[in-house]
Amino acid sequence: MSADLMVKAENVHKHFGRLEVLKGIDLEVAPGEVMCVIGPSGSGKSTFLRCINHLEKLTAGKLWVDGELVGYRQKGDKLYELRDDEVARKRREIGMVFQRFNLFPHMCVIDNIIEAPTQVKGVPKGQARERARELLDQVGLADKERAYPRELSGGQQQRVAIARALAMDPKLMLFDEPTSALDPELVGDVLEVMRNLATAGMTMIVVTHEMGFAREVGDSLVFMDGGVIVEHGAPKDVIANPQHERTQSFLSKVL
Amino acid sequence: MTTESTDLERRETPEAIVAVPVRHPWRWVAAAVLLVLAAMFVHGLVTNPAWQWDAVWKNFFSKEVLDGLLITIELTVLAMVIGVVLGIIVAVMRLSPNPILAGVAWLYAWFFRGTPVLVQIVFWSYLARLYQYLSLGIPFGPEFVYFDTNSLIPIFLGAVLGLGLNEAAYMSEIVRAGILSVDEGQTEAAEALGMKRGKILRRIVLPQAMRVIIPPTGNETISMLKTTSLVTVIAVSDLFTVTGQIASSNLQQVPMLVLASIWYLIFTSVLSIGQYYIEKRYSRGSLRTSRGNPFANLFGFGRAR
Repeated sequence: MSADLMVKAENVHKHFGRLEVLKGIDLEVAPGEVMCVIGPSGSGKSTFLRCINHLEKLTAGKLWVDGELVGYRQKGDKLYELRDDEVARKRREIGMVFQRFNLFPHMCVIDNIIEAPTQVKGVPKGQARERARELLDQVGLADKERAYPRELSGGQQQRVAIARALAMDPKLMLFDEPTSALDPELVGDVLEVMRNLATAGMTMIVVTHEMGFAREVGDSLVFMDGGVIVEHGAPKDVIANPQHERTQSFLSKVL
Repeated sequence: MTTESTDLERRETPEAIVAVPVRHPWRWVAAAVLLVLAAMFVHGLVTNPAWQWDAVWKNFFSKEVLDGLLITIELTVLAMVIGVVLGIIVAVMRLSPNPILAGVAWLYAWFFRGTPVLVQIVFWSYLARLYQYLSLGIPFGPEFVYFDTNSLIPIFLGAVLGLGLNEAAYMSEIVRAGILSVDEGQTEAAEALGMKRGKILRRIVLPQAMRVIIPPTGNETISMLKTTSLVTVIAVSDLFTVTGQIASSNLQQVPMLVLASIWYLIFTSVLSIGQYYIEKRYSRGSLRTSRGNPFANLFGFGRAR
């Protein structure tokens, strides 16, 4: 198997009805690796990300996170679907950050962050708050713990969302276009937080349009189009010297 | 050479605009007409002896009326508690991925919304005739506990069941609309954090759905307060039944109707005020801010109009 890899995808397919969104994805992500995924909208990159924490079920193929099969248990040749609580338990170890932040609007910032640790892991409230304050400090929002999400800018909300995901001490972080819904001048703060996270050794898969971030922070770059991986390599190589015509034409538009 | 931006900074704010506001003569005409009509109505109420106000006030706080009022309030509260609790359960069943639960919930709403509430009230009061006893045990097997329905379902409980089960059908639709109004991203974010379905519903979705659920629930409560008067057909001694009984003995029908109406109005007003504060509480964190106290708006204080 693949115990030394954080994520391993083997011929992953995903269909929505008759629409084929993923048509065979093979991919390996090592622990500590920062992988950026780029591609036009509709290329399947967000869907692939959502398959990794089983927000979407695979149609065919196999996917492992930290050596464990996602969504199923294998006994012999047979696959057994995991129960809801088993799926939930595995999701705790994977943090996810969404394009639209998805903070809980009825809770203030610190309650957003301690919700999962206290409710899912049973961490005592005091201890969870202490950790939450550390995380808020880390994302530069130490003074905002009592604010409600709507009182924050998009960039601040996204940084709270990152802190919320980190509060579960995940071993893998998934970012689904984390800066696409932000005003251009707010993007920098969020990328800075992600850059620090990468430096600290977090394994990250980042679906993004930020080519600068991909080039400077990413260890590898994947270009997806039409549900397949068109190109995969070191960011500098892929960006400076794309091999495929589709990669070339995409990059010429975004750079 | 000065730049444009420093030019802008140096500009002084001109005097505030003073203009003659648009006149609304028809508003004044309408107000005058309504005022005259209101004065005529009040004058009639006070001077026409047929209203028999003394009979209203004489019975207003009488023991029978207050007892009837208590029954009305009890019926309203109990029926709404059943309605809300069962309504949430039915709504959650309806949205469940389990097709049998969803089907049963649909059937429930179909039946209880499809038959008149008056029929249901009468039906429940006759339940003791339909099933003489209820027992707990293994289906088609031995029975462990045994109840006589005549003692288990007195007429008051029949009324509560009739009103409550009917209300649950309407409440389930209100709750379902509330749950569906919450952005799917909320559930996804909670799932991604490893929360389970039940917990997501309780801690993330329902609190946000409340903002949509509460206003129509207040409406339902106010409506229920008055719908309880239907129990007069099964002789539960609520406010309306009691005032009817007094009227048939003293033949002062109109004053007794007025008396009952005043009490209904008082409690409707109390409920409206309560609703305002509950709505305010559940709008925390929402983008749409509260529109201010409705009473303050009506009487022109509180904010500029």
